[in-house]
Amino acid sequence: MLSIKNLQVKLEEEDKQILKGVDLEVEAGRVHAIMGPNGSGKSTLSYVLSGRDGYEVTGGSATLEGEDLLAMEPEERAAAGLFLAFQYPVEIPGVGNMTFLRTALNAQRKARGEEEMSAGDFLKLIRAKAKDLKIDAEMLKRPVNVGFSGGEKKRNEILQMAMLEPKMCILDETDSGLDVDAMKLVSDGVNALRSEGRGFLVITHYQRLLDHIKPDVVHIMADGRIIKTGGPELALEVEQNGYADILNEVA
Amino acid sequence: MAVAQAKQDLTEARIDALEMPGGAGWADEARGHALSRLRAMGLPGRRDEYWKYTDPTSLTQIEAPRAAVFDATDEAAMFDGIERLKIVFVDGVFDAGASDDLSLAGVEIERLSEATAKDIHWAREVFGQLEAAGQTPVARPLAALNTAFATDGVVIRATGKAARPVSLIYLHRSDRSDAILHHVVRVEEGAELTILENGPAAARFNKCMEISVADGGAFHHVRAQGRDHERRAATHMFARLGEGSTYKSFTLTANGVMTRNEHVIELTGDDASAHVAGAAMGDGKSGAFHHDDTVFITHDAVNCESRQVFKKVLRNGAAGVFQGKILVKPDAQKTDGYQISQSLLLDEDSSFQAKPELEIYADDVSCSHGSTTGAIDDTALFYLRSRGVPTDLATDLLVLAFLDEAIQEIADERLADDIRLRLQQWLERRRKG
Repeated sequence: MLSIKNLQVKLEEEDKQILKGVDLEVEAGRVHAIMGPNGSGKSTLSYVLSGRDGYEVTGGSATLEGEDLLAMEPEERAAAGLFLAFQYPVEIPGVGNMTFLRTALNAQRKARGEEEMSAGDFLKLIRAKAKDLKIDAEMLKRPVNVGFSGGEKKRNEILQMAMLEPKMCILDETDSGLDVDAMKLVSDGVNALRSEGRGFLVITHYQRLLDHIKPDVVHIMADGRIIKTGGPELALEVEQNGYADILNEVA
Repeated sequence: MAVAQAKQDLTEARIDALEMPGGAGWADEARGHALSRLRAMGLPGRRDEYWKYTDPTSLTQIEAPRAAVFDATDEAAMFDGIERLKIVFVDGVFDAGASDDLSLAGVEIERLSEATAKDIHWAREVFGQLEAAGQTPVARPLAALNTAFATDGVVIRATGKAARPVSLIYLHRSDRSDAILHHVVRVEEGAELTILENGPAAARFNKCMEISVADGGAFHHVRAQGRDHERRAATHMFARLGEGSTYKSFTLTANGVMTRNEHVIELTGDDASAHVAGAAMGDGKSGAFHHDDTVFITHDAVNCESRQVFKKVLRNGAAGVFQGKILVKPDAQKTDGYQISQSLLLDEDSSFQAKPELEIYADDVSCSHGSTTGAIDDTALFYLRSRGVPTDLATDLLVLAFLDEAIQEIADERLADDIRLRLQQWLERRRKG
C-alpha cells in the first residue's frame, strides 16, 4: 500500500536534515505504529507524505499503490487515497463543517472520475457517521473546528476519515489532548474503519493509544531513521523502559 | 472657495454638455442650487484629498468611455426568488413596459419627472436637500451634478410596512450610455421599506439616492453590482435618520473598471442606528478593477449606533480603497461607533488602501476602528487541500468565508442567502472561465 524507501528530507528554509533515510512498508489491512522521542522526525514524515510546504525531499521515494506520492499536489494525494489526521486540526472560520466535507468528498470523487454525491445522500451518510462519533448536528453546522474542544477536533478528524474512506490513513498523534473517554471514542472510530483494503500508520508518543488501536507492527524512530521494528510488544517495552534502552541498544 | 482655472474649465465643459430637465418651481430651484454648488466646488480632480486613492477622470470627462454592453443572460436574474416590485431602467431611462405596475400597499411610487413637475410634493423636503447637507465638511461634486442634471429616477414614500421590497433593476443596452439617476426615498414614522438594486445600468453611471427616515422608521438596502467588467460608476447614498430609526445597507460588488460608492449618513434623532456593509471581489485579469468605498457617518444625537463593515478580495492587480469616517458632534453622547475594513490580497500585484478616521467631540462615546490587509491563510489552505479540495476551490471557500462577515450584516436571511448564492456562482464562473 504505502511504500517508503530511503526517504531523506530537509527543511526548505534551513540546512537541517530531518529524515535521514526512512524505509517503511505498510501493507493493506495492516496497522503500523511509529513511536519515538520528540524531534525524531515522526511528524515530519506525516507532513511530507501529505505534501505540506516547507520541506525538501533530498533523496528516496514514497509511493501509494505504486504511484509516486511526492510528485503529486496535496489534493491529488488525497484523491489517490491518502489521509492525514492532523495533530493540530486547523480552525477555518466561516467555512461550515458540512460544506467543507461535502466539497472535499465531491472534489475527490470528481478527481477520480466518479459521480458527485447528491446533497440528500451526503446528509444521510454524514448523519450516520457523526452519530457513531457522538458528533451532534450543531457541531456539523459550526465552522470547521472553530470553538471545538481538543477532543471534538480529533473526533472531527475521524469523521472526515470515515466520510472520505481513504485507502491509507496516517494518524499524527491523534491521542494528544484526549482524555480517556475521548480516546476510546476516537479509537472505536478508527477500529471501525479497519479493513482488508486499508492501511494505517499511527504516529504516537505513548503506548496507551495502542491499547485501543492494536497495531500489527511497531517501529521506533529516532534521529530521522527507523531504528527498530517489532510486534506490539515493542510498544510495551517503550512504555516500561522509555526510549533510552532501545536507543543505546542500537547505538 | 476659489476654484482653480483648469478645474473650472473642466467643470464648465461638463456642464455645457448636459441639459437640465425642467420642472415645477421648487424642483428647478433645487436643481439651480445644486448647479451653483457644483460650480463652487468644481468637479473632482486627482489632486483633491478626497480623491487621493481614486482617479476620478473617467467619471468627470465629458463623454462616457465606451463600455461593452453587458447582458448577463447566462445567469438567473438577481433576487429572482424574492417577491418584489420591479422597476426597470434601461441605460438610465425608466422602462414602464418592463416594470411592474407602480402600486404597492404601504408605499407610494412615482417617477422623478412626475414628482418634480408637481407644484406641491413631499419630495421637495428631500430632493437635493440631503445631498446639499452632505456637501460639508467634504465636497461631493458628482452628487451635486447628479441633482442638477439627473434625467430620471423614482420617488418612493413608505407610509406603512411595505408589502414587498422595491427592486430597482438597471439594464445596459448601449456601449456609450451615460446615465444619471436620482432617487428620493422617504420612510414615514414607523414605516418599513426595503430597496433592492442590481444590474449594469450603463457604460457610465452616476446615481444618487436620498433617504429620509422619520422616527421609528426602518430602511433596508441590498445592492449587487456586477459582473459588467467595463462599468464606471459613482454612487451616493445620502441618509438622514430620525429618532429610533434604522438604516441598513449592503452592497456586493464584482468586477468594474471604476466604482466609487459613497454613503453619507447623518444620525439626527436619538437612538438611531446605521449599518453599512460591503463585500467586493475584484479581479484585474479581465481588465482593471478599482473599487472605492467612501463612508461618512455623522453622529448628531444621543445614544446612536453606527457600524461599517467592508471586506474586499483582490487579485491580479485589482485595487481597493476604503475611506471611512465617524464624526461625533459635541452633543452626541453615548455614541457607539464601529468600523472595520479588511482586504484579502490574493497576490502581490493587488493593493488596498484604507483611510479610517474618527473625529470625536463628545466625551462619553465608544468608537473603534480597524483595518487589516492580509494574504490567504496557508495553514487553512493546506488543510483543505489535504482533504482533496483543489487549490482554486479551496481559495474560493476561504474567500467566501472572508466575505461572509460582511454578508452577515444583511438582516433578511433570504436576501443574505441570495447574495451568498450569487457570490458562489460568480466565483465558480471565474474558476471555470
